Amino acid sequence: MGVDAARGADGNGGTLDSVAPRKGLVRRLGASPRTTIGAVALIVIILAAIFADQISPYPPNQQFLRNRLQPPSVENWLGTDHFGRDVMSRIIHGGRVSLQVGFISVAIALAIGGLMGLIGGFYGGRLDSVFSAIVDVLLALPAFLLALAIVAALGPSLLNVMIAVGVANIPQFARIARSAVLTVREMDYVTAAEAVGSRDFRIMFKHVVPNSLGPVIVQVTLSLAGAILAAAGLSFLGLGAQPPTAEWGSMLNSARPFIRDAHWAVTFPGLAIMVTVLALNMVGDGLRDALDPRRRD
Amino acid sequence: MIKYIARRILLIVPVMLGVSVIVFGIMHLTPGDPAILMLGEAAPEAELAALRTRLGLDEPAYVQYGLWLGRMLQLDFGRSIRSNRPVTAEISQRIGPTVELALLATLLAVVIGVPLGVISANRPNTAIDHGATVLAFGGLAMPVFWQGLMMILVFSLWLGWLPSSGRHGGWVYYVLPTVTLGTSAIAAITRMTRSTMLETLSQDFIRTARSKGVFDRSIIYRHALSNAMIPVVTVIGLQFGGLLSGAVITETIFSWPGIGRLAVDAIRAKDFPVVQAVVMVFAIMYAVVNLFVDVLYAFLDPRLRTRYS
Repeated sequence: MGVDAARGADGNGGTLDSVAPRKGLVRRLGASPRTTIGAVALIVIILAAIFADQISPYPPNQQFLRNRLQPPSVENWLGTDHFGRDVMSRIIHGGRVSLQVGFISVAIALAIGGLMGLIGGFYGGRLDSVFSAIVDVLLALPAFLLALAIVAALGPSLLNVMIAVGVANIPQFARIARSAVLTVREMDYVTAAEAVGSRDFRIMFKHVVPNSLGPVIVQVTLSLAGAILAAAGLSFLGLGAQPPTAEWGSMLNSARPFIRDAHWAVTFPGLAIMVTVLALNMVGDGLRDALDPRRRD
Repeated sequence: MIKYIARRILLIVPVMLGVSVIVFGIMHLTPGDPAILMLGEAAPEAELAALRTRLGLDEPAYVQYGLWLGRMLQLDFGRSIRSNRPVTAEISQRIGPTVELALLATLLAVVIGVPLGVISANRPNTAIDHGATVLAFGGLAMPVFWQGLMMILVFSLWLGWLPSSGRHGGWVYYVLPTVTLGTSAIAAITRMTRSTMLETLSQDFIRTARSKGVFDRSIIYRHALSNAMIPVVTVIGLQFGGLLSGAVITETIFSWPGIGRLAVDAIRAKDFPVVQAVVMVFAIMYAVVNLFVDVLYAFLDPRLRTRYS
């Protein structure tokens, strides 16, 4: 059933208008096989991370020293590492860590950057100039290098990686939220709300935020992919998750000296990162295309 | 044009000042006394106090920043805690290999990415187009550290074709690091070229050229590509940031003696003067490349050229 049919049934476009585009969005997302594949892969990865304890064949840190560097077999589907730990169990648990790091760092970036963009875009003036200057300065440093510098100062740990990657992503969110807010700010319904004397806070969170969400959601998906890559990169350099934590980047780093004898301990965690990032990018691209009226057809 | 370039150069100054505040601020978050870090826990208090005075560490933060900025403007980044050599000497010794690697990777990305994007746009929905799309998606999602290790595994350990580390000894040493560093840029440039070419090929002036009977090849290379190059050039500039980040990891994997590896070694050794200096140098390199890209952009886009002439 199309948008017009839905309107016809209601007899009044007003009530269903907010629902119909969303229906259209789901339809447009489903129409792209790439987005569907990405979404299915992402759901599987998230479910595996949530139920890691139930589905892992072995505890992630359990060592079987007699079973070191064993190739993939019936007992250990993806082989074992230099401590005889099951690579598959560690990858499943590592997904939990990587997704957590990704979500928390993007949440930090979204909270700070989104608020900067919202306030700057809504009020304009001097505050907006200050925020824009901060964003310009942060963008002058490539995000990974900024994160690297922050972790260098705070010290190596997973928490510091989340803070570092989060801060490094602030400017992207500030910029996207600001430009979305600037567009919505000019809409008649915002002027109408102002005219009837609504408070700024109410206008911002009832009208501006919900209508600016589209590009921000796309950025969340794409930033999640970037954050997971950056966090794994920092852990690979020994600046993030510390042993024995099962985290994809640090698994690669610790298995690296044994690559000649047991490449599976390096190959599979890397593939896990790649598949996750690929799935997020596919969903992000699909969302962007579906939300962008110019790309709809 | 000169007005435009001058304006762009002037805009860099406040941004770089802002970056210097951030870099200085970040390093001030570091717990611990830099004097103890430099001289060690066992150093006598008198020596520590003398060093603090010499470095201005007992001054308020803004005075310290002023002193640091002043020294930096004279290219004095202090001494490395690890080697006790001037940081400027350490960086000037290692910046060459990084620039070399970054330029080679950019060149590779342009040489492969642009033609692949053009072919892909010219034959949409064919096997070549799908193949290029898969390559581009894969290239963007592949972690650079994993790709580097896989290349070492296949080309050094299994096939024995290429060396896995080092730089001296001929072109073979450049292959793996350059390909590793350039892959995500190839992917980004392919995607951007494809989408801008598709957009340009559907525009009226192309249709006019076609209807006038202009050869396909001439349409693609003379009319469409020159228009599509503008966003592609921007992407090349933006990719350079990713390239510098990638250089940190690539240099670590391939034992490449550049400033990326210097930064990682310095972070591990808590050698903060070196870390500060490398981050500043990276920011300046990024700014210079983007300045260059903006100038090239103006050169490619006649509309921008006339606005500032």
